[in-house]
Amino acid sequence: MSPRRERREEFTSYYGRPILKEPTWEALDIAGYIFAGGLAGASSILAAGAQHSGRPGLERTAKLTALTAISASVVALVHDLGRPERFVNMLRVAKPTSPMSVGSWILSAYGPLAGASAAANVLGIFPRAGKAAGIGAGITGSAIATYTAVLIGDTAVPTWHDAHGRLPFVFASSAAASAGGVAAALAPLDEGAPARRMAVVGAAVETALSVAMERSGHLSAETFLRGKAGRLLRLSKAFTVGGAVGLALGGRSSRVVSTLGGLAVAAGSALLRFGVFEAGRASTLDPKYVVVPQRERLAAGRPASAEAGKERAAVDAGAGKATGTTTAGHAAEANTTHAGEAQPA
Amino acid sequence: MSVTQLGMPSLGVPRKGFFTDTSLCIGCKACEVACKEWNSVPADTNLEITGESFDNTSALGANTWRHVAFIEKQVPAQDPSAHDGVKWLMSSDVCKHCTNAACLDVCPTGALFRTEHGTVVVQQDVCNGCGYCVSACPYGVIDQRKGDGRAFKCTMCYDRLEAGEEPACAKACPTKSIQYGELDELRERADARLAELKERGEEGAQLYGRDPDNGVGGDGAFFLLLDEPETYGLPPDPVVTTRDLPAMWKRAGGAAAGLLAGAALVFWGAKK
Repeated sequence: MSPRRERREEFTSYYGRPILKEPTWEALDIAGYIFAGGLAGASSILAAGAQHSGRPGLERTAKLTALTAISASVVALVHDLGRPERFVNMLRVAKPTSPMSVGSWILSAYGPLAGASAAANVLGIFPRAGKAAGIGAGITGSAIATYTAVLIGDTAVPTWHDAHGRLPFVFASSAAASAGGVAAALAPLDEGAPARRMAVVGAAVETALSVAMERSGHLSAETFLRGKAGRLLRLSKAFTVGGAVGLALGGRSSRVVSTLGGLAVAAGSALLRFGVFEAGRASTLDPKYVVVPQRERLAAGRPASAEAGKERAAVDAGAGKATGTTTAGHAAEANTTHAGEAQPA
Repeated sequence: MSVTQLGMPSLGVPRKGFFTDTSLCIGCKACEVACKEWNSVPADTNLEITGESFDNTSALGANTWRHVAFIEKQVPAQDPSAHDGVKWLMSSDVCKHCTNAACLDVCPTGALFRTEHGTVVVQQDVCNGCGYCVSACPYGVIDQRKGDGRAFKCTMCYDRLEAGEEPACAKACPTKSIQYGELDELRERADARLAELKERGEEGAQLYGRDPDNGVGGDGAFFLLLDEPETYGLPPDPVVTTRDLPAMWKRAGGAAAGLLAGAALVFWGAKK
């Protein structure tokens, strides 16, 4: 905790009780799902690269990793429901207003593609269709790895919502690090160069972006540094940085270093998701993360109503333009039309 | 209206709502009891004494759809030789039935829906207990029922409204602290009541959730409070999270594109 961030808040509450409800989600299910989804999605991207650059060992490893991870993540998702037998109700509507609905449909597209490309590869059947499925899995995989940031950002949970601008990039880089790490650990050494590079670059970006997220200046960001979340995130950085340094220095020449370094980077990525999850939970338990920022906003003369008025004025001024913006936002679900918006992740 | 918010469709009939005038609340909890009875809301298992004045339900939740808050506010004595006084604040809280309802927006199954009265209700035969609405609500109203797994909250007595009756809590309220009716009319009534209280010197009196321009586009259930909202456990200036959803999708699209581009670069220069 830097002294700069320490604020002395005085605020009123109702017997110190939380205003928000604690997330009903289990850490193992949902943080685990976000990690496994990221691992699967980025592994599919890695597999697509491997299948088109003549690296059959890396291709098979990444495709099997993707299938295993996405299967585990679907199990975790269903397990977390209050009524697991009603899982298919997720597919009775398609709602762009609900990231969980959008995610369910992305998952429905991605899962079969990842499964088909892995099956074709392992069984040696339909090679051309298998590769096409591999490309599809890579593209939809980029959505699987990033939509989860929108999923948790689109809540009233202070830490998650306040981080919504950075979280997609943190998750994307962390997904790349984990996929690169697992592939570096499991793929043949002489084919593993792209995996190691993905792990090292992903780990570097993940570390830089998560530090930026933790120092964003939002009051809620202090939950990243305290308690269980703080411990998880410090451990995450130790694994991520340690593994990446190992991979960069000795990954090319040593099987042992490549395996341990890769697994350490992947573990760091998993710990990051659990840390972010716990930070969000902590921010719902203390009413100060709700009251203090809202009071500060009101004191600064920027109530929510002012924003609403501005928004409406913007919509009134250019209805077509506003709609266009939103539509572009939705196209992101498919993630095929956004190359122009690529940010230095 | 953004594509990322469902908002309020045109109903064709006046929108219904609650106006809870806490200056009239006597803390009898008849609303809590009537709500439980009419809606067959189960008791929470433990009978707990919280030590928080006369409040032993503490918060709204899956099994508490009306919650009466009790605040004992110290009033410093004017005369130093006299004892400090206590001012009682009591307020019956309820689901706000927001115009831009985050729970409704994020529900992935369509279990939450906007009724013909303009209220927000969970269809219990559809809800699969994903819990997304619980984390989306900026007021901390809706929750998952333990042992059942589904999400529950106030329905504004949907069944009674269908029969032309008023909700059970409003019917049971002995002081007309809870008023049910057409929202526009309730807002006028609330404005008049606020002016009356201000005239009487109630400095802290304020309307909460009445403004159609607030962060949730106006609350279908709004309040007249005698102190700041957070004193009653209410967020002072909540915002519906889905307002930022277009920006979030854009960032996620950028991140996904960056991930694909980064992966391509990784292969570009990699030695075979």
